[in-house]
Amino acid sequence: MNPADQNAVEIRGLWTVFKSPGREQVVHRDLDLSIRRGEVLSLVGGSGTGKTVLLRQILGLEKPTRGEVTVLGAQPGELSAAGAAKVGMLFQRGALFSAFNVLDNIAFALRELKTLPEDLIRDAAMVRLQMVGLAPEHAHKMPSALSGGMIKRVALARALIMDAPLLLLDEPTAGLDPEGADEFCDLLRKLHQDLGLTVVMVTHDLDTLFELSTRIAVLADQKVIVTGDAKEVMAFRHPFIQKYFLGGRGQRAALALHPDRVDSRF
Amino acid sequence: MTELEQPTPVAAEWAGDADATQAAQPRLEQRAGADVVARGRWTALALASAPHWKAVSAQLAALRPAARWDLRPVLQLDHVGAQLLWNHWQRRWPEVLEASPSQRELLEQVAQFSVDEPREPGPTLLDALRRFAGLGWHALETTQRFVTLIGQFVLDLVRVLRAPHRAPWRDISGHLYSTGATALPITALVGLLIGVVLAYLTAQQLRQYGGESFIVNILGLALVRELGPVLAAVLVAGRSGSAMTAQIGVMRVTEELDAMRVMGIPRGLRLVLPRVLALSLAMPLISMWTSAAAMAGGMIAADLTLGISPAYFVEALPRAVPLSNVWLALGKSAVFGFFIALIGCYHGLRVLPNTESLGQRTTSSVVISITTVILVDALFAVLFRSVGFRG
Repeated sequence: MNPADQNAVEIRGLWTVFKSPGREQVVHRDLDLSIRRGEVLSLVGGSGTGKTVLLRQILGLEKPTRGEVTVLGAQPGELSAAGAAKVGMLFQRGALFSAFNVLDNIAFALRELKTLPEDLIRDAAMVRLQMVGLAPEHAHKMPSALSGGMIKRVALARALIMDAPLLLLDEPTAGLDPEGADEFCDLLRKLHQDLGLTVVMVTHDLDTLFELSTRIAVLADQKVIVTGDAKEVMAFRHPFIQKYFLGGRGQRAALALHPDRVDSRF
Repeated sequence: MTELEQPTPVAAEWAGDADATQAAQPRLEQRAGADVVARGRWTALALASAPHWKAVSAQLAALRPAARWDLRPVLQLDHVGAQLLWNHWQRRWPEVLEASPSQRELLEQVAQFSVDEPREPGPTLLDALRRFAGLGWHALETTQRFVTLIGQFVLDLVRVLRAPHRAPWRDISGHLYSTGATALPITALVGLLIGVVLAYLTAQQLRQYGGESFIVNILGLALVRELGPVLAAVLVAGRSGSAMTAQIGVMRVTEELDAMRVMGIPRGLRLVLPRVLALSLAMPLISMWTSAAAMAGGMIAADLTLGISPAYFVEALPRAVPLSNVWLALGKSAVFGFFIALIGCYHGLRVLPNTESLGQRTTSSVVISITTVILVDALFAVLFRSVGFRG
């Protein structure tokens, strides 16, 4: 098997340059990243290090200035209704279609295929709705009538409707209360186990980071400076990592969740 | 491989290699003992290709009742495939099911969560009656809100006149530019063309009666008094009225309106007043500009068709059209501008925080402001029927 088959996402020599009149801003400089099948990879980095841009490039919503992105052995960007079968995306604010109710939002990608019968689509959407922990009576609510946590759940159900093997999450727990965030984390972990998904996530929430990720990739200095599990990443000497993980919040989160993973030195 | 059985390119992508495309087709086989064996990829994407779906649904319909199902040869099963099987089994497990642990797990999940969609109770006669009665109440409420908005505008205006240094002058000049100056090219173009068309049309009729020189009277009165202001108002309503609704509506969707409210910034003063003032000022000017452009078009057409020189046209115009018509046109244009902006703001402020409402409100803002323009014009025509005519 060649490595491209084992990896869900391959990024090679990626450059992202934002050009504005009279100014060029290099966001990614010769960045490499491989995401293996079945893992939960978290992208971590300070503000403006291009985490969300990287997610958008994996989705094919943006084209890198230079370099190559391969998703499940193909170029991203041929996005069609069938694209929902390859990649599911949970946008930061849900991005639910506000003109449709919950059920129609979830069923949208299936319905766009135009062949499957309506009752099968509805049944499949109802199953998804309950898989993400929502009760059937929410099916006819409009997105404007949902709470933040419910919007995330519906958006997740929508991302999962075609059993896409790759799931991208942009700040999955941002804007949720701690209890809601914990529940959402549990849900994501359960889905990851049940469905064998590859998950790529951008998060600033250290609890989510330590709880979910099997691997962490740190973006700094315009590239991925280190990838590995929590312990390996925290052992890496870099000013950003010192500040990010070894500050008070990082310590508390790491200790609370994985006392064994934290090196006694810290 | 026949043409029909060829899966779509997307489905083929999933099959891994080329000769597996045949094997990937989802299908069922019924053996002699009524056992059913499923093969291929039972995924949403594979099932959704039209030939596959046709074949599979035909096979499902043709199956004799079977007690034994074998799913082990299935290459890939997803939730939609599992749902299809589960629905075919009428949501009961078959007597014997041969399946891999992961397939069984998937089916169990589908089985656990399969419920009928909750039915929304349909509207009853009472609901219809209630809705009909609500229309009257709704109309009253709308009137009340609109009057409140006008009242608020007057109060804000008084406040601004008392303390002119605190007025949002910057906003006013910004809106004056965006609703006025940037509307000049399009209104000039439309006015010019209407002038040409109108002149050609009347020239043909007038020539029959030998009254060529009356073209100045007809064009002058029609354009200055009626067509110029109404044309400009309709264009501005479509251009600026809709923009106002959309701008304020987006501020509602993004919670900017709430943010303003929390900071104690009166939205009447900051959002409504500058727009209404700016458009009430800009509208008469745009209307004159449109009339002038239309007149120029008429002049050109009159010169070409009837040989009436522009010099004669300009000379005859003041005699044909008394100046009071211009004042009338300016006055009613200001009223048009006032209503277009106010209706635009009203609908903008009434937008609910969702995109559908934004679209609805923008549409009704344009439709209602154009209707209002025509109504106000008719009112002016009746009220001032004795003003501005010779003889």
